[in-house]
Amino acid sequence: MTLLAVERIKLFSTRSPWWCMLLALGLTVGITAIIAANWTDSPMPVLGAVFTHTFGLYVVMVMAALAVTTEYRFGTIKSTFQAVPDRISPMVAKAVVVVLLSGLVGLASAFGSWGLSWVLAEDNSDLALTTANDWRHVAGVGLVYAAGALLALGVGALVRQTAGAVSIILVFALVVESVVGFIPNIGDDIQKWMPFTVASKFIFGDPDPSAIPNGAGPPAIGELSPWGSFGYFAGIALVIYIVSLVVVKRRDA
Amino acid sequence: MIEAVGLTKRYGKTVAVDNLSFTVEPGRVTGFLGPNGAGKSTTMRMILGLDRPTSGQVLIDGKPYARLDRPLRTVGALLDAKWVHPNRSAQAHLQWLAKSNGLPDRRVDEVLDMVGLTKVAKRRAGGFSLGMSQRLGIAGALLGDPKVLLFDEPVNGLDPEGILWIRQFMQGLAAEGRTVLVSSHLLSEMALTAQDLVVIGRGKLISQSSTTEFVERSTENTVRVRSPHADKLGAMLVDKGFTVREDTDGSLTVSGAQSDEIGDIAAASGVVLHELSPQRGSLEQAFMQLTGDSVEYHAELAETGK
Repeated sequence: MTLLAVERIKLFSTRSPWWCMLLALGLTVGITAIIAANWTDSPMPVLGAVFTHTFGLYVVMVMAALAVTTEYRFGTIKSTFQAVPDRISPMVAKAVVVVLLSGLVGLASAFGSWGLSWVLAEDNSDLALTTANDWRHVAGVGLVYAAGALLALGVGALVRQTAGAVSIILVFALVVESVVGFIPNIGDDIQKWMPFTVASKFIFGDPDPSAIPNGAGPPAIGELSPWGSFGYFAGIALVIYIVSLVVVKRRDA
Repeated sequence: MIEAVGLTKRYGKTVAVDNLSFTVEPGRVTGFLGPNGAGKSTTMRMILGLDRPTSGQVLIDGKPYARLDRPLRTVGALLDAKWVHPNRSAQAHLQWLAKSNGLPDRRVDEVLDMVGLTKVAKRRAGGFSLGMSQRLGIAGALLGDPKVLLFDEPVNGLDPEGILWIRQFMQGLAAEGRTVLVSSHLLSEMALTAQDLVVIGRGKLISQSSTTEFVERSTENTVRVRSPHADKLGAMLVDKGFTVREDTDGSLTVSGAQSDEIGDIAAASGVVLHELSPQRGSLEQAFMQLTGDSVEYHAELAETGK
């Protein structure tokens, strides 16, 4: 428990996490507000309120990566390991704090976007969260942010450099996953298993008719069910994170 | 007490620390001396369990660092004053450190007071001068009131006032019975600070002894003599087997002799002496002589100057 407090002090006594959280909420809720205010002619569907969740996801992942890489950048990781030489427990404590916080940011972002859509949309008759699927579209954002943060923590601990970690995460999520689809013959099959692509299936997949107007909306690519998709994404995050723990334990600090 | 036994660290083919064994006793300041690149920092990181030795081990009061319970209470270290997040306040920096080893918040205020940073406790550490960063680092090292303290080049880049402060501070800590290990590449600084010296070069132990012993053993002692009968005295000293060099001002520099021997010889033969003074070779020279072969990067100038 004390190590959780330690990581909480570390995280909140610098400014970048605050900026990242504000930016994540601003991007998602702000852009959704614009979408909602301009949604005319038809009732706004639930999925319309969470289109923007990916922007926030990238920012939250940057925040999580920074939580590790700044420790390496400024040498505080050495003080951390001096204070707790087993190395694993402070890294796990950091993950618990960052993952929980990211999950909360995800929930705030999704319910903020949804609530503001409710207020701003001309016709909010389809926005009500009536089914389990409706709830998954919105509350699921919290889970995706949490798992994404775990993934970013792992990458950050492996790479140890802010620039390197952030570029790997962003280039992979924004470029590699879409470019892969252009590889002839096998591209589509590979893309189906790309982690961020699969993660959006968890949010956007299997909508009820009330969540999306007949078949329109964001693509949900992947072979797995929505919950299976989340398991897959979280599994990848967990594997990378555990690999990073092993490396951190063995490597010279 | 710190005990290093056969400590070795290899990076690929480079051997940074080579079968190093030494002990650091409590109650004294021990200087850890060596040219830049000799492996001092690597050794200190291994003492703290930050780097894994390729072979050998270091024990602190009989235990490896990783086995210490809440280690900040046993070992305090300042390896690099810049190991602070620049946007975190001095106080927050010490708070998380204190919390991690179950030390009360009140201890943070105490150490800030000890190093004289109370007034700037809420300011971001990134804006600190080198001297202030150094003090913050020392505050961090003192948090757990540890019995063993490690400082890596603590006076580097400090002004004379800062150097004096740190020197007295370390001596004070040793006087309280703590084990203090201070690294430096300056023998002259260590001669003023440390009672014991562990000297290394290229990762190997060169000597471990008290500072006085080291200085006496490694500096060449000569005696300067001025006399109106310099020629006569010089000849007699050469006869006795001493090496005599005549300087441009007519004085003699005698090596291998104590000043009282020369005085006795002069008196016995009625030679008048105007000056008879023992000279101590410079510490830098002694240090260069000892570590000369083990400096990792020789400057060209030094090579050709030999």
